Amino acid sequence: MRKVYNKIDQITGNVVSLKARDVAYEDLAVIEGERGVSLAQVIRINRDQVYLQVFAGTKGISNRDQVRFLGHSMEVSFSENLMGRIFNGSGVPRDDRSALSENMIEIGSPSVNPVKRIMPSRMIRTGIPMIDIFNSLVESQKLPIFSIPGEPYNPLLARIALQAEADIIVFGGMGLKYDDYLFFRNTFEKGGVMHRSIMFVHTAADPVVECLLVPDMVLAVAENFAVNHNKRVLVLLTDMTAFSDALKEISIIMEQIPSNRGYPGDLYSQLAKRYEKAVDFEGRGSVTTLAVTTMPGDDVTHPVPDNTGYITEGQFYLRRGWIEPFGSLSRLKQLVNGKTRDDHRSIMTACIQLYAKCKEAREKQAMGFVMSSWDKKLLGYGKRFEQEMMDLKVNISLEKALDRCWQIMADFFDPQEVGITEKLLNQYWPKKNV
Amino acid sequence: MSEISGKIVAIYGNMVTAEVDSKVKQNAVAYCCKGRDGIKLKAEIIRLRGNEADMQVFESTRGLMVGDTVEITDDLVSVEVGPGTLSQIYDGLQNPLPQLAEECGFFLKSGVYAKPLSETNKWHFTPLAKQGDKVQGAWYLGWVPEGIFQHKILVPPYLAGEWRIKEIAKEGDYTIREKMATLVNDKGEEKDITMSFKWPVKIPMKGYAQRLLPSEPLVTQQRVMDTMFPICKGGTYCIPGPFGAGKTVLQQITSRYAEIDIVVVAACGERAGEVVETLREFPHLQDPKTGKPLMERTIIICNTSSMPVAAREASVYTAITIAEYYRLMGLHVLLLADSTSRWAQALREMSGRLEEIPGEEAFPAYLESVIANFYERAALVTLYNGQTASVTIGGTVSPAGGNFEEPVTQATLKVVGAFHGLSRARADARRFPSIDPLDSWSKYTGAVLPEKVPVARQILVRGNEVAQMMTVVGEEGTSIQDFVLYLKGEFFDRVYLQQNAYNDVDQACSLERQEYTFSVLLQILQKEFSFESKDQARKFFFQLQSLMLNWNEAVWQSDSFKEIEGKIKELVK
Ligand SMILES: Nc1ncnc2c1ncn2[C@@H]1O[C@H](COP(=O)(O)OP(=O)(O)O)[C@@H](O)[C@H]1O
Ligand SMILES: [Mg+2]
Repeated sequence: MRKVYNKIDQITGNVVSLKARDVAYEDLAVIEGERGVSLAQVIRINRDQVYLQVFAGTKGISNRDQVRFLGHSMEVSFSENLMGRIFNGSGVPRDDRSALSENMIEIGSPSVNPVKRIMPSRMIRTGIPMIDIFNSLVESQKLPIFSIPGEPYNPLLARIALQAEADIIVFGGMGLKYDDYLFFRNTFEKGGVMHRSIMFVHTAADPVVECLLVPDMVLAVAENFAVNHNKRVLVLLTDMTAFSDALKEISIIMEQIPSNRGYPGDLYSQLAKRYEKAVDFEGRGSVTTLAVTTMPGDDVTHPVPDNTGYITEGQFYLRRGWIEPFGSLSRLKQLVNGKTRDDHRSIMTACIQLYAKCKEAREKQAMGFVMSSWDKKLLGYGKRFEQEMMDLKVNISLEKALDRCWQIMADFFDPQEVGITEKLLNQYWPKKNV
Repeated sequence: MSEISGKIVAIYGNMVTAEVDSKVKQNAVAYCCKGRDGIKLKAEIIRLRGNEADMQVFESTRGLMVGDTVEITDDLVSVEVGPGTLSQIYDGLQNPLPQLAEECGFFLKSGVYAKPLSETNKWHFTPLAKQGDKVQGAWYLGWVPEGIFQHKILVPPYLAGEWRIKEIAKEGDYTIREKMATLVNDKGEEKDITMSFKWPVKIPMKGYAQRLLPSEPLVTQQRVMDTMFPICKGGTYCIPGPFGAGKTVLQQITSRYAEIDIVVVAACGERAGEVVETLREFPHLQDPKTGKPLMERTIIICNTSSMPVAAREASVYTAITIAEYYRLMGLHVLLLADSTSRWAQALREMSGRLEEIPGEEAFPAYLESVIANFYERAALVTLYNGQTASVTIGGTVSPAGGNFEEPVTQATLKVVGAFHGLSRARADARRFPSIDPLDSWSKYTGAVLPEKVPVARQILVRGNEVAQMMTVVGEEGTSIQDFVLYLKGEFFDRVYLQQNAYNDVDQACSLERQEYTFSVLLQILQKEFSFESKDQARKFFFQLQSLMLNWNEAVWQSDSFKEIEGKIKELVK
């Protein structure tokens, strides 16, 4: 029987400390009192003084509550029985079904050995032209969706979940509005993907610190399905800024010196540890990660999007309701877009260059300069491109989208004006007057 | 040697404090032994106070307990250098990653370490010295073939004073564990020498006669670097830039095309996926100079972002020590570190745990001197045998928010010889490499018509001034002379400074070709054109630009190269 302690020395923020022995770093503890049972984790040991981070917060915890150490770090049950289930940030069911305790696995496992990685090579089609043509998503890629708070990032994430080619979806909600949680659940159910989805949901109403566990739970489950069951797993996380804010809170309580706007100096390493779990396991399955990162004040230089951008393999930049062609980038697109259709790369470059020129023309127009006939062509093109390609409602296959790009260009330009080679023009330029 | 042991008294992140009551060295290696499962975690002593030793642990400290044993060794954190170091892929502590993969599979496992060099491989040794010869540290005893090089077997540079060879092995095949020579000094001390030795990473490996001023350009085959902002063998340079600006692509392309003997790549705290590209491609890519796979001149130190943070701090030192070792063989070595900011962050994390008084952005107050000491290890030197050799360092910097005012960029700029600043605006406009031609600088003299470079720069500066003005007064309000200047600047930027890393020909531009192209361009830039209208001028430069771009992509001195050159000359006549 493990020893029970019943004297807590100090309670500050979400951290309690007490005197205890034979406790290991990162071990879990259970605190029992009037409030019920709360889970906590060892975050510092100094001689016999042990500091615990209480996931459910310390509200209502008393200095005479009982503390029991479990002798191991955080674990999650892993089996096929997870499918279709919904849990909270600590792995407790949210769906009124029984708790799972079989085959417990440790979360937050070590990194993949870099030499075991392979070059990503398979495109994941989403039916969203701004992704498929211009910033192709690649299996095992890690990509954030940078967004200002009001943008439809959650609907976008849900749509990708429904349409992307993946065997399993593991969803992690952090600081999620309750309505958004219901939205995801309903969408997954209606879309017929719930039976192959697993959700770990921390809502805005839950104690802040509890969301710290979500990414590790999600990724442990995802990684095991990929490695041991050869599944292609799509991981969806929203919102990593809420996760980072929880890290910030703990580090401030622990009196760490913040590096930038209150965030701890190890924010980069903390985020990287999670994002780098996106891997294509040779001969097995894969983990692909899409993560919403809301940007306070639409500021990309804010520490969370900034550190994220240095870690991820590009970003989808959601602004004014669409995926912005300029800020967005898929660093892995070169690995796949040469193998789709032979006009893919040329269309990708030509359409964006023309759209960039259209923006220049709009600026000139706004400054009151005269519009040449070339400028007018660009303006017309830009408007159509926004409506028929960039609008997030557009939902067509890559091939249809490429055809549509040709059509939009042909409606405004002469073939030699779009900067595409002769060979492709002969093959794809739409015939007039049909 | 007897090991000292202590007991853990505190654990906080990857910092562990132990109580010890005997002699302990700063920076010594220690092992924290997990009582729970017996796994031993490697650590380094980083502070000694009273009988308390603070250590940074190179692994996750999960599961460690107060009261667990610490074994403290007498060795400082070191690398072992000797034949077999080339082509290796090491982690930050010199564990060969392929071997760890063989042992543990997909994942790294804590407490599993592997020998850096093969102990069973036989190397064919040819002596260069004989019994009775007088030798000193860093002198050659013999050599073994290692890939394309004669790998010299050194008298370890830590041996001070003069030694006499009492015995030396005959030509033949030996492993690195066999005795190759016995040395004796005046005092009658004897030392057995093998083909490898250990060296503490934080201490520069000198062993050369003197340092020289870097003067010979290091050709990277990137036009903007070689012509505008050159680097020299034995020099230093940095590449700061926001994410997505092209730091890594620039480093990768340099690691391929730099005209140098050996490249040490330190992938420090960034994406593992990017190293994979190098790992998978280099064995199949040819070194243009030797025709051998590029991997044969490359060493990769790989401590990517999700690998233990403390080992990241060690990784840049591991890399530089290995580079210094090959310098002692008379070779020119280029060390590419991506990114030094991640190393600085590792320092910051540790400094925070040690509760040191922080400087700006919570970086430790000694950040500047640590960075300066690191770059100081680059040097052009003459060895004791009169040969020159060098280590050049190129480090990327990843400033928070892309703002160059931050401490790591500023500390780096103070000590490097060239600054290749990448700009977000250029990257967004797909002007790659996005080295800002107006802000960047180099203190070195390049090899491509250095006396003419100011002419080109002047046109860039003036062209940019016109561009600024045009945003206010429009094209209408700009004189045709100014407008042509603007077009010349843009033209030079587009066809010379920009270079397509993804085009098989354009990605590398030889020195000879740079001189040739640059002279042609200078003629165009200095020529007085008379155009009737701005539209005519614009059309002319567009046409010229399109020809020049095709020219860049034509194989040097091929038929199509000559044909396009003819068209260019025709057009500007
Ligand atoms: N020289 C170049 N030529 C063409 N594209 C480039 C070049 N450099 C960078 N890029 C583009 O920019 C992207 C980001 O470059 P990268 O080197 O990874 O940036 P950083 O390391 O600064 O974050 C690349 O994936 C590539 O699409
Ligand atoms: Mg990079």
